[in-house]
Amino acid sequence: MNILVCIKQVPDTTEIKIDPVKNTLIREGVPSIVNPFDGYALEAAARIKDSDKDTKIVVLSMGPAQAKNALKECLAIAADKAYLLTDRAFGGSDTLATSYILSQAIRHLESLEGKFDLIFCGKQAIDGDTAQVGPEIAEHLGLPQITYGLEASVEGGKVVVKKEAEEGVQVITAPMPCLVTYTKPSWDPRYPTLKRKMAANKAQIPDITAADLSGINLEQAGLKGSPTKVKATFVPPRKSGGVLIQEETSADSAKKLFSLMNDGGLL
Amino acid sequence: MIMEVKSKDLWVLIETKEDGSPKKVGLELLNPGKDMAKKQGGELVAIVIGCNVGASIEAASRYGADTVIAVDGEEFKEYTTDAYTAAIAKLVETYGPTSMLIGATNNGRDLGPRIACRLHTGLTADCTALDIDEETGNVAWTRPAFGGNLMATIMCPEHRPQMGTVRPGVFKMAEPTEHSAKVIHENISIPKEEIRTQVLELIRELDAETVDLEGAQIIVSGGRGVKGPEGFAPIRALAEALGGTVGASRAAVDSGWIPHAHQVGQTGKTVGPKLYIACGISGAIQHLAGMSSSERIIAINKDPDAPIFGVADYGVVGDLFEVLPVLTEEIKKAKA
Repeated sequence: MNILVCIKQVPDTTEIKIDPVKNTLIREGVPSIVNPFDGYALEAAARIKDSDKDTKIVVLSMGPAQAKNALKECLAIAADKAYLLTDRAFGGSDTLATSYILSQAIRHLESLEGKFDLIFCGKQAIDGDTAQVGPEIAEHLGLPQITYGLEASVEGGKVVVKKEAEEGVQVITAPMPCLVTYTKPSWDPRYPTLKRKMAANKAQIPDITAADLSGINLEQAGLKGSPTKVKATFVPPRKSGGVLIQEETSADSAKKLFSLMNDGGLL
Repeated sequence: MIMEVKSKDLWVLIETKEDGSPKKVGLELLNPGKDMAKKQGGELVAIVIGCNVGASIEAASRYGADTVIAVDGEEFKEYTTDAYTAAIAKLVETYGPTSMLIGATNNGRDLGPRIACRLHTGLTADCTALDIDEETGNVAWTRPAFGGNLMATIMCPEHRPQMGTVRPGVFKMAEPTEHSAKVIHENISIPKEEIRTQVLELIRELDAETVDLEGAQIIVSGGRGVKGPEGFAPIRALAEALGGTVGASRAAVDSGWIPHAHQVGQTGKTVGPKLYIACGISGAIQHLAGMSSSERIIAINKDPDAPIFGVADYGVVGDLFEVLPVLTEEIKKAKA
């Protein structure tokens, strides 16, 4: 089995604070992490490898040189090979342009690593939250897709995925190659071992640049290849004027809340 | 495939259930869609895809569509990426609309990017506000990013259709009317071999039927402060007294106190009820992202500095185990 996992290095959005004076995001000092949903995708690949040792896991990330730290973390956890897709021409890409560049890079990677049976992605990245890049890669490559995956196995030459659906958990199957995106399962991903960590630190991570992608049309990359434009960003207004209730006893507080709810027509 | 624009119409996809009835979010989107279509200088068109979709056609008509385009067939009974993408791409090719809204359900967010990529156009995900830019006539799509810390307004100036997925519960349905829309039946069938995914089984969650968070009018949620599975008892009692649904924060779900179907927030459901009562929930930004569009918010927490109080209309600083039973009793008395 040959599995590609696409990952993104993201700021840890749980650590982002708002500057109360300027009303802007404080990005300085926010740690960079592997997008958690991509971590679930990597874990899903690792679980397939647990049951079939003859599995190779390749990780690919598009981003600046700093993203190699995220790739090294993936090597330490479960990946066998890592590549960084990096070029100034890719900067400013929206999801359509990003997925186009990634799909070109995947074709290129297949000439080095062999055809991928499965391509795994996180459901969405926690900075952009779009959940679009996975399905758009699948469309560019003409592959079937399964989104909101929880776990996957390979049975009789097909991938079988348990996915989160609105009515419950769906068991869904598709022929390979197939692209699967992952959401949060009920278990935690594995941790790296010390031995793998040391090996990952020494690993060479090759760059893939625009020059390596022979078929790429750079008109479809970067800002000029992006149909969507960000017109404005703003910090959401906070609600103000809320009533805080703290009476002598909890019972009094509860009664006061009840009368406010009653007066406010909430019952 | 690059689409040729043939009309100034705005499309709303009405997602259907397996019995052919409409999901709520599609009907919600007809409400803002009406005004947007007018500003765009076109009609509001509802796209209904499913199997035996009579009820959905009627609902789309009553909730404001000028025209309904329906695709009805056995292969659309259950949602599949391949069949739905192919059908919509075909419709788009025929009618060339200017913009398209899709509900940001699991299926909507599976489908939207697939269509946008096939049509080589821009898509804005998970919008919470919609407008038409006066200067350009383009749709201004507003959406949260960075876990709800930042809002961004996105435009798609040159590619058509302009597409967006919109969160369920953000817009309210209009009052239904007796209006009857023009109905067009499009005969589209997708060969079996072109549908590559196959659903083998659906494992329904035990209480999934009763956990309709997205459609709930009242939600009572518990978080880390409930301390254990038994701690949800006073939450359930209050929800029952109010006729509401039980929700939970990620902390409570991750601790295994309540199934994931109840989870509200970035990695759970996005909700917009009339009343949201957060009990023992500190209000991490990921939770706020999933519930801050609720009409009224009540927070009960021991910690006066909990961020949840920042979004609450009424906040009670106190122990939920002492506050909730008294509140529930008062409500029961009032309703008796």
